[in-house]
Amino acid sequence: MQTKGTQDKATGLPTLDDLVACPQCDTLHQATELPTGARAHCQRCGTLLMTSQPAAIAQILSLALTAFIMLLAAISFPFLSLDAGGHHNATSVIDAILAFQDGFAAPLAIIVAFFIVVIPLIRLGALVYALGPLVRETKPRRRAREAFGLAEWLRPWSMAEIFIVGVTVALIKVAGMATVTLGPAFWAFAGVVVITVLKDQLICRYSIWEALDQSAA
Amino acid sequence: MGSTGSISGLTTAREAGLIACQRCGQVHRLDQPVCKRCGGVLVSRDVQSLQKVWAWLIAGIIAYFPANIYPMLLTSTLVERTESTIIGGVVELFEHGSWGIALIVFVASVVIPVGKFIAIMHLAISVQKGAKDQQHGRHKTYEIVEFIGRWSMIDVFVVAILSALVQLDTIATINPGIAAISFALSVIFTMLAAQSFDSRLIWDADRTPS
Repeated sequence: MQTKGTQDKATGLPTLDDLVACPQCDTLHQATELPTGARAHCQRCGTLLMTSQPAAIAQILSLALTAFIMLLAAISFPFLSLDAGGHHNATSVIDAILAFQDGFAAPLAIIVAFFIVVIPLIRLGALVYALGPLVRETKPRRRAREAFGLAEWLRPWSMAEIFIVGVTVALIKVAGMATVTLGPAFWAFAGVVVITVLKDQLICRYSIWEALDQSAA
Repeated sequence: MGSTGSISGLTTAREAGLIACQRCGQVHRLDQPVCKRCGGVLVSRDVQSLQKVWAWLIAGIIAYFPANIYPMLLTSTLVERTESTIIGGVVELFEHGSWGIALIVFVASVVIPVGKFIAIMHLAISVQKGAKDQQHGRHKTYEIVEFIGRWSMIDVFVVAILSALVQLDTIATINPGIAAISFALSVIFTMLAAQSFDSRLIWDADRTPS
């Protein structure tokens, strides 16, 4: 982030590019160079405005890439298996989604599929697409801004971590009636959750927009 | 706190005759339609915000009734066939001795949704009345509502996993009930209600209208 300190002649205010408005309450702030590791909050409502972590983009990229690959593994491998009275039933994440496919519950299958697989994959893919060239310090890809905007817009609808809590509750419900074995996909999924939380902590929207802006110029 | 300097007290972008992008923070002159940095649509204040909030909120409340009345899970075993509602499932877990899990499901399926309905109504009404007090409190309420709403989906995922896992022919099968859809819709509608709320309206009340 650069502060040019230039002032608009007409208004005496700093130029528009040096201003930051709080997205939550609209209060204007002047952007200044933050010391590494510092966090700037809105003076009125306290919303986090920006952080200064020069290495963050490379870290976000590597975490997003890891999570993407682990999520693919989580979808493909067996997730949980159940043994009771000589019967055996193994379930993958896809089976969990297809549980709703019959009759009236079909729309729910689509919703669940989006929340736990499709949206997380799109989000991670879009982040990798948008941030990749920034790390290599080359020109951003076409529509990199749209990709990052999409990833941020989808954030509340990516529910992998909630799914894992749901799985835990379900396991306790069936624990009395059958033996449940955790498959490799369960651990992959748990890994995706941890990595996603770490990655979202690192994302400072302002700095990334700024970086996308500068590399395009 | 960080080191962003303020300009002559605290001025909002609108008071300064400017318009700010809510996605990326870039500030523009009022006549700009889209953000030059991120391409987001620029809206000084979403004047239809409250209408959208009420519409989604009412849809969410309506969907919440069938979600509680109809069964969430249909369980068939060798001897019996049972249907359990959201509350029924919580009571079952409680009687089973799994107090912690019963509490998680109860909080996610009852306390959070009902709390959200009340919180969003409170926010919308206070903005409509032009309330000037407790701005920090109401802003905090808004942030909590936005953060916590998604967690209500836990019960839907529990139903998904149970229905996929417990398919043991004659011994036991579990299938989703219609309440699972109503509940998922209720959560989605209330999330949309919270997202439609323009939090800048909370902070506008003590400013001179322009």
